[in-house]
Amino acid sequence: MSNVPSDLKYTKTHEWVRTLPDGTVEVGITDHAQHALGDLVFVEVPEAGRKLSAGEPFAVVESVKAASDVYSPIAGEVTASNAALAAEPEAINSDAYGKGWLMRVRPSAAAGSALLSPEEYGKLIAEEGD
Amino acid sequence: MTRRTPLFDLHQKLGARIVDFGGWDMPLQYGSQIAEHHAVRRGAGVFDVSHMCVADLKGARVRQFLQRLLANDVGKLKEPGKALYSCMLNQTGGVIDDLIVYFLEESAFRAVVNAGTRDSDLAWMRRQAAEFGVDIVERTDFAMLAVQGPQARDKAASLLAPAGARTALALEPFFGREIDGWFVARTGYTGEDGFEIMLPAADAERVWTALNSAGVASCGLGARDTLRLEAGMNLYGSDMDERTNPFESGLAWTVALEPRERAFIGREALEAIRARGPQRKLVGLLLEGRGVLRSHQKILVPDAGEGEITSGTFSPTLERSIALARVPAAAGTRVQVDIRGKLLDARIVRPPFVRHGKALVQ
Repeated sequence: MSNVPSDLKYTKTHEWVRTLPDGTVEVGITDHAQHALGDLVFVEVPEAGRKLSAGEPFAVVESVKAASDVYSPIAGEVTASNAALAAEPEAINSDAYGKGWLMRVRPSAAAGSALLSPEEYGKLIAEEGD
Repeated sequence: MTRRTPLFDLHQKLGARIVDFGGWDMPLQYGSQIAEHHAVRRGAGVFDVSHMCVADLKGARVRQFLQRLLANDVGKLKEPGKALYSCMLNQTGGVIDDLIVYFLEESAFRAVVNAGTRDSDLAWMRRQAAEFGVDIVERTDFAMLAVQGPQARDKAASLLAPAGARTALALEPFFGREIDGWFVARTGYTGEDGFEIMLPAADAERVWTALNSAGVASCGLGARDTLRLEAGMNLYGSDMDERTNPFESGLAWTVALEPRERAFIGREALEAIRARGPQRKLVGLLLEGRGVLRSHQKILVPDAGEGEITSGTFSPTLERSIALARVPAAAGTRVQVDIRGKLLDARIVRPPFVRHGKALVQ
């Protein structure tokens, strides 16, 4: 059973979203996603300043098993990305919602109802056979 | 219907992620497959290999049968317990399977064949055995565990009574022996020292649990694959199959063309291929930068054409990607691999990539 924190929002493509006090938004992949991928060995994160549209691939996570694109939940500009993942990609496996954060974004528009609540995401992964 | 080994319930209890491997529900990993890999290189790990098939071959003419059936020569096996790694070929020189065969006594040999091909292997062997009057008995009463790593033999032997433990520890590499109801062989598929143990299926859970208590880590198929690839060992179905011959699979060393009078199945085809010169070869590849080499990725070989990755992975010991690949025979050292549309540089190296836990390549 995967961990789905109740203070975050989610996407259908298994990203999580955390709103930070300064209005920027932190993004990563969920516990369900890291478990499906297995041990991560390489992570490509975006450069600060990059502008993203909602749904645009912004990172690649590669495990022993497969490489996977990660999609931006919102439109905005990247303010920071997690450089520590270059040396320690497995932080995503061990701490997907904490040390495994991928990027921070300043949203250019309200995210709207496109994001899933913890309950909606929990239901989605249960249907996928979590 | 997927099949299950006697250890399936225990794998689930231990929290294993189960995957379908060749029609069998097998543990992929119990936690982190990279941690399991390191456990084998640094200490000891145990793998469930009960899905593989143990077949006892009996009859007055069993040695002649095997000298016809196999590309390697069981004539080399003179001491009881000695093992031989060989390909089993079809008439066109294609590889039906790779296997290990043990000489037990003059009218008894034991073979271990791969899980995915066990049914077709047995059917083929029985057809060929008929004219030699050899009986082939599948040992479905056995489970099989591979205990591998620098501490593996000591920890496995500690489960035997003192006299049996001494006998087990005295086994030479590539020898197997019946000890206290187990068949213990000093063989493996990881590049580390260790044992492969055939034991009564009813004892498998107890022995696995005792191994865990002795500090032997539970390890799954994920780690098994990264370990064997680091060790430069082929995987049937990926690195060779019925459409490839041993010469283009890095397995020429397993083909005994001497003595010339030994008429084994596939011999004529191999001699013709050897006379023409094999068109392709199996090589090791090391990816220069970041990324992961994977099966079926296309390889561009300067001035020689194209090749294909047969097995690829991330090497936890080297912390880079490695692969086995089939390329034109004229390939030199530098190639490029098409990884998701980008051409990345890779270097051809001679396997193994790792030996006794140490990197052999820069």
